[in-house]
Amino acid sequence: MSERASVPAEEEQTDEEPTEEQEPITTGAQSVVRALENAGAEYIFGVQGGAIMPVYDALYDSDITHVTMAHEQGASHAADAYGIVTGDPGVCFATSGPGATNLVTGIADASMDSDPMIALTGQVPTDFVGNDAFQETDTVGITQPITKESYFASHSDTVGNDVSEAFALADAGRQGPTLVDLPKDVTQGETDVEPAAPSTPDTYDVPEEADDEDVQEAADVLADADRPVVLAGGGVIKADASNALREFAMEYEIPVITTMPGIGSFPEDHELSLEWAGMHGTGYANMAITNTDCMLAIGTRFDDRLTGGVDSFAPDADIVHVDIDPAEISKNVYADYPLIGDARAVLRQLFDAMPRAPDVDEWREQCQDWKDEYPMSYEMPDDEPLKPQYVVETFSDVTPDDTIVCTGVGQHQMWASQFWEYTEPRTWVSSHGLGTMGYGVPAAIGAKLAAPDQEVVCFDGDGSFLMTVQGLSVAVRENLDITYVILNNEAVGMVRQWQDGFYEGRRMASEYPWIPQFDKLAEAFGARGFRLEEADDVEDTIQAARDYDGPSVIDAHIDPGENVFPMVPSGGDNGLFALEEDHLEML
Amino acid sequence: MPGPAPDERMRPEGRRNSQGIRVDPEAEVTHEPRQAVLSALVKHRPGVLSEVSGLFSRRQFNIESLTVGPTSEEDTARMTILIEEPEPGIEQAKKQLQKLVPVISVMELEPEAVRRELALIKVGGEKPDDVNAVAEMYGGQAVDASTDSVTVEITGSKQKIDAAVEAFRQFDVQEIVRTGAAALERGPKTLDKDD
Repeated sequence: MSERASVPAEEEQTDEEPTEEQEPITTGAQSVVRALENAGAEYIFGVQGGAIMPVYDALYDSDITHVTMAHEQGASHAADAYGIVTGDPGVCFATSGPGATNLVTGIADASMDSDPMIALTGQVPTDFVGNDAFQETDTVGITQPITKESYFASHSDTVGNDVSEAFALADAGRQGPTLVDLPKDVTQGETDVEPAAPSTPDTYDVPEEADDEDVQEAADVLADADRPVVLAGGGVIKADASNALREFAMEYEIPVITTMPGIGSFPEDHELSLEWAGMHGTGYANMAITNTDCMLAIGTRFDDRLTGGVDSFAPDADIVHVDIDPAEISKNVYADYPLIGDARAVLRQLFDAMPRAPDVDEWREQCQDWKDEYPMSYEMPDDEPLKPQYVVETFSDVTPDDTIVCTGVGQHQMWASQFWEYTEPRTWVSSHGLGTMGYGVPAAIGAKLAAPDQEVVCFDGDGSFLMTVQGLSVAVRENLDITYVILNNEAVGMVRQWQDGFYEGRRMASEYPWIPQFDKLAEAFGARGFRLEEADDVEDTIQAARDYDGPSVIDAHIDPGENVFPMVPSGGDNGLFALEEDHLEML
Repeated sequence: MPGPAPDERMRPEGRRNSQGIRVDPEAEVTHEPRQAVLSALVKHRPGVLSEVSGLFSRRQFNIESLTVGPTSEEDTARMTILIEEPEPGIEQAKKQLQKLVPVISVMELEPEAVRRELALIKVGGEKPDDVNAVAEMYGGQAVDASTDSVTVEITGSKQKIDAAVEAFRQFDVQEIVRTGAAALERGPKTLDKDD
């Protein structure tokens, strides 16, 4: 992962025509922009404002493309999605005070999902800091807990170095967000000091390979296992280890389960794939993860939505835990065989260290039986009401494998992850750990700019879409060919589902009977709008939306009573997933 | 969705405890909290203390005391942190601390490490000689005196200071201030940057 960061920076230096020497810098702001250029930044997602104006002024002369967002939250989500799709830190800008606080949700989101991102915020001049000046807020204090590090730039001569270091740190080791707070006097101040090349702080270690003896021990345990599984987390994708995972699993024929952020790390159409486990994961993945006797878990932090109650999580399993962050080892679930290192490097080590393939014929048969017993399915009426799963499945069938799917958060997100077939890494762009409703609209913007040649689809909910709908103006202005599909059930559906399941159907503040007509709203923004109500129209509507060159919005009015299954209730036992409402009462 | 109901499925025998550690299904295993002294070298710069204390509070590590001060090197400060946690929590606290960018190195000190705290105790000035005598019993001394008050200084282990504070209750105690522990490993062992 660290090599990704250094590549653009090196190219910048070596490909430079000798005649095109960079202008010497004269201000802190220019040094900030120069640092971003050196680091290889292509895009900045941001919103202007008083305290950050000097930096924007320096951007006037830069080749970096600035995408003006409609809201700072959108800037941070777009940068986050850009980081997921490219693997390089996405960059977002905001001014001080409300600009910075509006970024916070997206920074926290990136932190929870280990997405590489750098946020630069304007700040009131140093002399005013602490005086409750206009648009002052303690941005470093607010963001310290949700970044790898938040920097307060203290001098014009060093502000460029701060940005270089923050950029490198966001990308290094376990990726994540960093922030540099830029007081206006620091960016306006004179300097001719060129920023240093991006490098991580001297206190920051990035492990590469795991200890060979530990690897051998883990490989021996895996080879001896009767019921082994691989659990591939988001770290596999972050480390560009998807190929190494495929080689490993296919060579030793070990079934693969992914976490939600790990979707795409292993092809879901492969016979070894059990798709993803957890609260709304497949029945077969949850059966396998519960009954395994040896789990090779890679790049996962054992989130509670994955494990359910830890007391019943993989209770018979020896756990080999590969992670680049030592603090994840035995944080939530005890690791019998911890391997600290880069996922790709350690997978190669394990590949070489395996003494033989485990004897898993019987176990694979068992997994196949579970696939037959618990197929992912839904009831399809003759016509109305429209089923959300059908919309997702139909869309998945007609699009190329490298199509990028973005989502908001809620029921639609689960259907999009369950009924779309993912085969490639970096094609699933979602908000997992933080669970940020409103993530989808701006994330699709970042994803499309990151991968202009790939099709981008955003599934959203009516509630989620409304939270960041203003981002549609950006997609229209930038003429981004994105298809938004709103799985519209006129409710915050997941909350409504929980109320029906766990709160005796008392639907407090979860139904949205007053929502706008999204097809018309889309047209008002300058996008194409479609209204979809019948199953018979799904294919044609999808085709029309895909054919339109620019952002389009399909307002799909789905069965408002449809719920997400399978379901493991919060803190429950993964093996006891409910397949229908009645099962919830048995648990 | 089709498939056998929850109560018709195969079930594994095992079990984990709330810390995710596999346990004997028959026996109840809990980790008792223990006290640990963590010593951390950190970059001496603004915001470090809030970063460290914020980490401890947001991850719900039970912190008893935290002291911070300069070291022999200008750009480095040392923090001594007393925490009380069950075993996995102590390990987790060390790793999370190590992850903070301004933290150079972290180690847990041996239980027999040298640990010292300081207390300043202000009592009424009626019996200065008696106050002095008690202070001397605890190896302390008076550091300020007026007609109405005497302030004494006591240094030592937590237990010694607890005992001293108790002893001074016979006087008219007006104010007490105590520091947390500062600690160093016994013998030649040090917490180097290379650790």
